[in-house]
Amino acid sequence: MAIRTLYDKLWDAHVVREEEDGTALLYIDRHLVHEVTSPQAFEGLRLAGRGLWRSDSILAVPDHNVPTTKQHRGNGTAKIDDPVAKIQIETLNQNCEDFEIEEFLMDDIRQGIVHVIGPEQGATLPGMTVVCGDSHTSTHGAFGALAHGIGTSEVEHVMATQCLIQKKMKNMLVSVDGKVGAGITAKDIVLAIIGKIGTAGGTGYAIEFAGEAIADLSMEGRMTVCNMAIEAGARAGMIAVDQTTIDYIKDRPFAPTGEYWDKAVEAWADLVSDEGANFDQVIHLDASQIEPQVTWGTSPEMVLPITSVVPNPDDETDAVKRNSIQAALDYMGLQAGEPIDAIEVDKIFIGSCTNSRIEDIREAAVVVKGHTVADNVKLAMVVPGSGLVKQQAEKEGLDQIFIEAGFEWREPGCSMCLAMNADRLQSGERCASTSNRNFEGRQGQGGRTHLVSPAMAAAAAIKGHFTDIRAFS
Amino acid sequence: MEKFTVHKGLVVPLDRANVDTDAIIPKQYLKSVKKSGFGPTLFDDWRYKKAGEPGMDHSLRDINPDFVLNQAQYQGASILIARENFGCGSSREHAVWALTDYGIKTVIAPSYADIFFNNSFKNGLLPVILSEAVVDKLFSEIDNGYELIIDLEQQKVITPTGEAFSFEVDSFRKHCLLNGLDDIGLTLQYADDIRAYEEKCKQETPWLMA
Repeated sequence: MAIRTLYDKLWDAHVVREEEDGTALLYIDRHLVHEVTSPQAFEGLRLAGRGLWRSDSILAVPDHNVPTTKQHRGNGTAKIDDPVAKIQIETLNQNCEDFEIEEFLMDDIRQGIVHVIGPEQGATLPGMTVVCGDSHTSTHGAFGALAHGIGTSEVEHVMATQCLIQKKMKNMLVSVDGKVGAGITAKDIVLAIIGKIGTAGGTGYAIEFAGEAIADLSMEGRMTVCNMAIEAGARAGMIAVDQTTIDYIKDRPFAPTGEYWDKAVEAWADLVSDEGANFDQVIHLDASQIEPQVTWGTSPEMVLPITSVVPNPDDETDAVKRNSIQAALDYMGLQAGEPIDAIEVDKIFIGSCTNSRIEDIREAAVVVKGHTVADNVKLAMVVPGSGLVKQQAEKEGLDQIFIEAGFEWREPGCSMCLAMNADRLQSGERCASTSNRNFEGRQGQGGRTHLVSPAMAAAAAIKGHFTDIRAFS
Repeated sequence: MEKFTVHKGLVVPLDRANVDTDAIIPKQYLKSVKKSGFGPTLFDDWRYKKAGEPGMDHSLRDINPDFVLNQAQYQGASILIARENFGCGSSREHAVWALTDYGIKTVIAPSYADIFFNNSFKNGLLPVILSEAVVDKLFSEIDNGYELIIDLEQQKVITPTGEAFSFEVDSFRKHCLLNGLDDIGLTLQYADDIRAYEEKCKQETPWLMA
């Protein structure tokens, strides 16, 4: 057998047919569906009189639009204030009923962010192809799966044919060598990677993350890293299967059992890149050099260590880049040379498909415990990634730590990561956010987003400004 | 899908890199369950002075006169030219629907984000890739009434002086655009291949088919 990368193996195992020019039909094992990017796909099926190819491959959940406040939850969609959001969620419910798709409804304890619940349920398995009409589907690559975001036309295509029309991407290896220092998390690793290769550095590639620092991560940490592959331009990010992967999956509701489990585990052992496999591009990072990261601009590549100062556009020789830096500083209301740890924040958001899993919430709770939110912080909120994450956190008493410190403890959903519901920034407000995008207006028109790890967001809540988590006490 | 063969149109310059899909169509409009009606809210945050909401009469809102799409000489533009990594970020196909609903037929840029690039072809929007140097040159040439011809068959962008720049396009995608073909119909021709693949999986990886 030829020497292959993990991506090569996943690709080869799913090609149904391939044309001479490399255009292939790729079989899709798991299709995750949410309310925002699916209604037009269902409508398309109806108009063409088409059905689903394989309804048992689909798992649906409302997440983007759901309210996260307790008074707006319960009794299905009845308490949703926003009539347009309500229609969209009800449309998903109706579509799932009509097409006989399994859906976790809003009142279901299993409801949550689509990229949290897939793995949590064992619906994401090693060796699978996973798609969802959401760019952060790259998250699922953490399990040695080929997972990427698709548009609504492709959602409809997968529903009708179980396949995607694709050309093979190139292989990139990002190796994070050695061990990270104390206080450095998966979020800092991936932001450092994006800072190095840029937001388009991975365009056209499937990225495999490897190296000691990646192997040391828990599954939650690995999901954080793969989640942001798309912020480096790569549709798919992935990590080889090891014992950590298998331990995480075992006994989850959708995971194989009995004889199938044994066979699966045996097959999953091959989901690693072969020794000497060829990558089109290889990037190395020294883990020991990674510091806590904070984005200062309006693109995830505009990121620096907490110990830095805001950059000066005059230091940039490329005109397009210089203009981008200046535009970002104007939008963010920052001055060149300002120390990053002097930047004050108005709001704190701990949540999103990047950082809302139990480990993220524990990481933030350790920092918050025994402190109170600074006076200048108008709102600090924790939005667990799923009902089950919330339940687990409450079992551990973490909700009380946050509430006593002055945080709001919310119901699960995408919330202020993209601000489709009521959770959003007002113009000019500055947010320490554990989400994945700091684009202009992402968290509300005129809102200013700084991406950080859960621990760094928690520390910013307590101090009222960014602070080096390594020196926090 | 509407066919794309040759298009001649007015060019609007959007001199920015990394134009993300949140900027192309802000999140509040994604609550729609339809594919149409996104044109008036294309580039909403840049185009209007205050944030809009779905259901508003957008023709009554205060526009930002500094934004190119609002300038008199670019009214009726159907070709948008921008800098590198156009369409990065979210997978929302609404970004493409907003551009086409506004009347944009072609985007020209040195590079695109993968998902946006892919989504464009599914909706009859042609994303043309030209080198940074050529894009620079086109930006510098744009003045009142500047029109380009986009010839997909010949894979050429032709300027008002007759200068032509070639571009690459995937042969399958070109074929689909030229003929306005529906992907799903094409794929279902291979239904037997898909079923054969599934039979093989039931033997080899049955836990994926359970």
